[in-house]
Amino acid sequence: MNTPKELKYSRDDEWIRYEGEEAYIGITDYAQSELGDLVFVNLPEVDDEVVAGEALGDVESVKAVADVISPVSGVVLEINEDLLDDASLINSDPYGSWFVKVGSIGDNVELLSADEYEEYRG
Amino acid sequence: MGTFIPNTKEEQLKMLNEIGYKDFDDLFKVIPDAAKVKGELDLPDGLSEIEVDRKVEGLAAKNVIFRSIFRGAGAYNHYVPSAVDAIANKEEFVTAYTPYQAEISQGILQSIFEYQTMIAEITGMDIANASMYDGASAAAEACWMCKDRRHSTFYVSGAIDERILTVINTYSFGRESKVVVVPTKDGETDKEALKKALAEDDAAACFLMQYPNFYGIVEDAEELCKITHDGGAKFIMYCQPLALGALKSPGELGADIAVGEGQPLGLGLEFGGPYLGFLSTKQENMRQIPGRLIGETVDTRGDRGFVLTIQAREQHIRREKASSNICSNEAWCALRAGIYLSTIGPKGFEDVAALCSSKAHYMAEELEKIGMKRCFKGEFWNEFAMTCPDADKLLAALEAKGILGGLKLCCGCCGEGCDTDCILWCCTELNSKEDIDEVVAIAKEVF
Amino acid sequence: MKLIFEKSIPGRGQDIFPACDVPCKLPDAPLREKKAHLPEISENEMGRHYTALAKRAHGVNDGFYPLGSCTMKHNPRIDEKMAALPGFAKLHPLQPADTVKGAHELIAELEKFLCEITGMAGVTFQPAAGAHGEFTGLLLIKAYHTDRGDIERNEIIVPDAAHGTNPASATMAGYKTIVIKSNENGTVDIDDLKAHLGPKTAGLMLTNPNTVGLFDPNIMEITKLVHEAGGLCYYDGANLNAVIGIVRPADIGFDVIHMNLHKTFSTPHGGGGPGSGPCAYKDFLAPFAPGLVCKDGKNYERAEKSIGNMTGFYGNFLVMVKAYTYLLTVGKEVYTLAQNAVLNANYMQEKLKDIYPIAFDTTCMHEFVIGLDPIYRETHVSALDVAKALLDYGIHPPTIYFPLIVHEALMIEPTETETKETLDEAITAFREIYERIFNAPETVQNAPQTTPVLRLDDTKAAREPHLRYTFE
Repeated sequence: MNTPKELKYSRDDEWIRYEGEEAYIGITDYAQSELGDLVFVNLPEVDDEVVAGEALGDVESVKAVADVISPVSGVVLEINEDLLDDASLINSDPYGSWFVKVGSIGDNVELLSADEYEEYRG
Repeated sequence: MGTFIPNTKEEQLKMLNEIGYKDFDDLFKVIPDAAKVKGELDLPDGLSEIEVDRKVEGLAAKNVIFRSIFRGAGAYNHYVPSAVDAIANKEEFVTAYTPYQAEISQGILQSIFEYQTMIAEITGMDIANASMYDGASAAAEACWMCKDRRHSTFYVSGAIDERILTVINTYSFGRESKVVVVPTKDGETDKEALKKALAEDDAAACFLMQYPNFYGIVEDAEELCKITHDGGAKFIMYCQPLALGALKSPGELGADIAVGEGQPLGLGLEFGGPYLGFLSTKQENMRQIPGRLIGETVDTRGDRGFVLTIQAREQHIRREKASSNICSNEAWCALRAGIYLSTIGPKGFEDVAALCSSKAHYMAEELEKIGMKRCFKGEFWNEFAMTCPDADKLLAALEAKGILGGLKLCCGCCGEGCDTDCILWCCTELNSKEDIDEVVAIAKEVF
Repeated sequence: MKLIFEKSIPGRGQDIFPACDVPCKLPDAPLREKKAHLPEISENEMGRHYTALAKRAHGVNDGFYPLGSCTMKHNPRIDEKMAALPGFAKLHPLQPADTVKGAHELIAELEKFLCEITGMAGVTFQPAAGAHGEFTGLLLIKAYHTDRGDIERNEIIVPDAAHGTNPASATMAGYKTIVIKSNENGTVDIDDLKAHLGPKTAGLMLTNPNTVGLFDPNIMEITKLVHEAGGLCYYDGANLNAVIGIVRPADIGFDVIHMNLHKTFSTPHGGGGPGSGPCAYKDFLAPFAPGLVCKDGKNYERAEKSIGNMTGFYGNFLVMVKAYTYLLTVGKEVYTLAQNAVLNANYMQEKLKDIYPIAFDTTCMHEFVIGLDPIYRETHVSALDVAKALLDYGIHPPTIYFPLIVHEALMIEPTETETKETLDEAITAFREIYERIFNAPETVQNAPQTTPVLRLDDTKAAREPHLRYTFE
């Protein structure tokens, strides 16, 4: 299981990368491997509000769909349109495949360090 | 009498004993007694096949089969080529379930893939789904395809069949949407009213028109499409599929979604069902499509094959977040439509549209000659509304001769200041010149 | 195999339509410019094309079809023959009511039969399929509460084992779905139910027997609790065949139910429909029923506070003819259908349970669920693999990966129309596959080998959707 040290993780299997006042959110290597080949993502729209602990979108494999739970509250500044064209990017590069960039960040769910997350999913 | 249970009572008992049950009561003791029916149900004794045949044929015999039909209004008396019944009734098609296991269901899957292609072709759209229940429910689902967080008002032309409108309203009952009927003028959508309504509403999701409309009129779809798009809404066309052999297709006109009643495509009148809802759309709306979709893929050898695909839209995966709850659709009716369209081919598709149009125009002219008047001036395809001094009298006279005349319209619904009865007439390729002349002659006699 | 479009040769075709016997006149309106690509093919070639497709399909008539929850029982020929009678098939839905007396009589009799079977007061035949019936039933519930001014009720309670249509139907009716847990026995967790009942409860949707094939022993208490909270009880009749003639949904506290005529009442499924999903209801819901109904042989009427229409006309009439024909044949012995459906399921369960893990090892009803998870973890042979291996035995696989509460589920429903020999053959196939899972797992993972195509790439299909043939 690949778990980059510089990221924070939620127990719902999302990662978050803070950049100043903003942050990128995606799903972890563990999550993509559990879901299998991903075929589509549903993303929010720019300016949408996301709420910590609630779905910001979802990912589809051939026979399943899983919510992507936002680790933080905030406002969507940008979405990764590349994923809309090719969801397999998430399988091949889960940590490069951010779903949304959020700003105006408010509260967050409990965030784990890489070590803690590895232990949680290990 | 017949239950189609093969195992004899003795075999049943033996099986019960073999797996540790004394008898059926013992097997069913998992159901609390309080929940069980006391005694037998009040149903008749079962019958032998011959008795059943006699009884049901007796019921069928109580119905009148008209030898000549001039009524449409949503159900059309088109010819069903012999091949359609012969092929569709193959039991491999009839007795299969939804093709969940692709490897042994290639026949069903490919037939639907071919159907999807044909529907996309005749409507001029990019893609079609595997079918819906019927035209009216397909129209309702099409409206819901257009709903998003910001757009929730469905505009519907007042010139559509009331049955379709009722289903759209029912599908919207209790959900966050509003259905608005756009008024008509001279039997057509009032364009100015539509323009105004859309301009005043930020939440307009779609506008749905019927093509030809309920009164048979071919409205100016191109202009309606432009008004709708300018108003920020999606344009849905509810089509008579065989009219598209002559008329400009929804794709050519710029529609976002085409739906309609597929019954004319090789299905009988069947007292209203099972019919076939078809739905096609632009590629960009693919993920909003309700219901089954069949897609092409390859097997492990690289050979072409077909599967149910993009299933994560659907209820069995997405559950409460699914775009629709539809699963069973009308696959066998879609198979019939595919056989029908393969039988008639591109030339037949044009011929049948021309035949319907020609007969209807001939009949309208002949009725005009005896003093009846067209209710509306708009151009039509195979249905048209005409005045009639006494609709009931004429229809009864026709019925006495085994002819189902046109549909009597409710008073006043064909326009302001209308003070006479009106009839919506319909011609298809099955109405010969003699049949038409006969109706005109009877009408002449009656009045 | 070629697509029909690939067999098309320009200029070929079939002569169906006569020359026009009146002056040719196209509408004075914008006409089509882009021609539709439709096949140009002779009747002989077309017939062979579809015969080849039929050979690549599998129906109940081809072999055993234990597809759980779908009730693939024999479809009697007499039903088809009756539905094809011109006296039914050639009726225009808008012809005068007094010219379709036989049709109305048939509908009224079928309604009477279904009322007796369910214990309900009335039936609407508007819904075209089971899911459509669910939607109808929920709208009836909604109309009832709304009519009483009880508008705060916006929640429908659905067990986690429910068919996916239940929550999807709730959403279509504008309800919020509240999912409750199943207990360790696979049935409704009463405490969880109690915890979620309240002033917002509009109703409960329940399949009983449920999707793991178990009859809920607490059913009377469940429906009582829902009623006490002011909600109504909806019976998902997909599994009615397990208890037909033995339990009536109305007697155990349900207020509204849909039935799948294409399951319990043996009408064929046509490769994915047409079905028919009549919805039966208790008296107090009658004022809200959809559709136009002719009771007096002369006029069509609509219920006073009708929710509207679910389909354009009267529902799938010819499917109703088939179900009626079936019920005339079976008559009051309907309970024997349930008896034998349950016997056949228990027989198979009993003969497999020593090797395959049964999800809830107790007397099942019409179907049972294998939870292959422990075997999968040990061998990496999945429920999908077992399903595909069955194809090589000429057996249509069970429903897989459903219900969601059982991991690696295989849901087996033999139905009452199968012989003991067929069941024994299937048991042998399952046992052979079990041996192969441990001795030659790759043969199961690479199955099927005898079908027209081998395993298909679902991922490719979904990632690069090709939903139609592309013409050059």
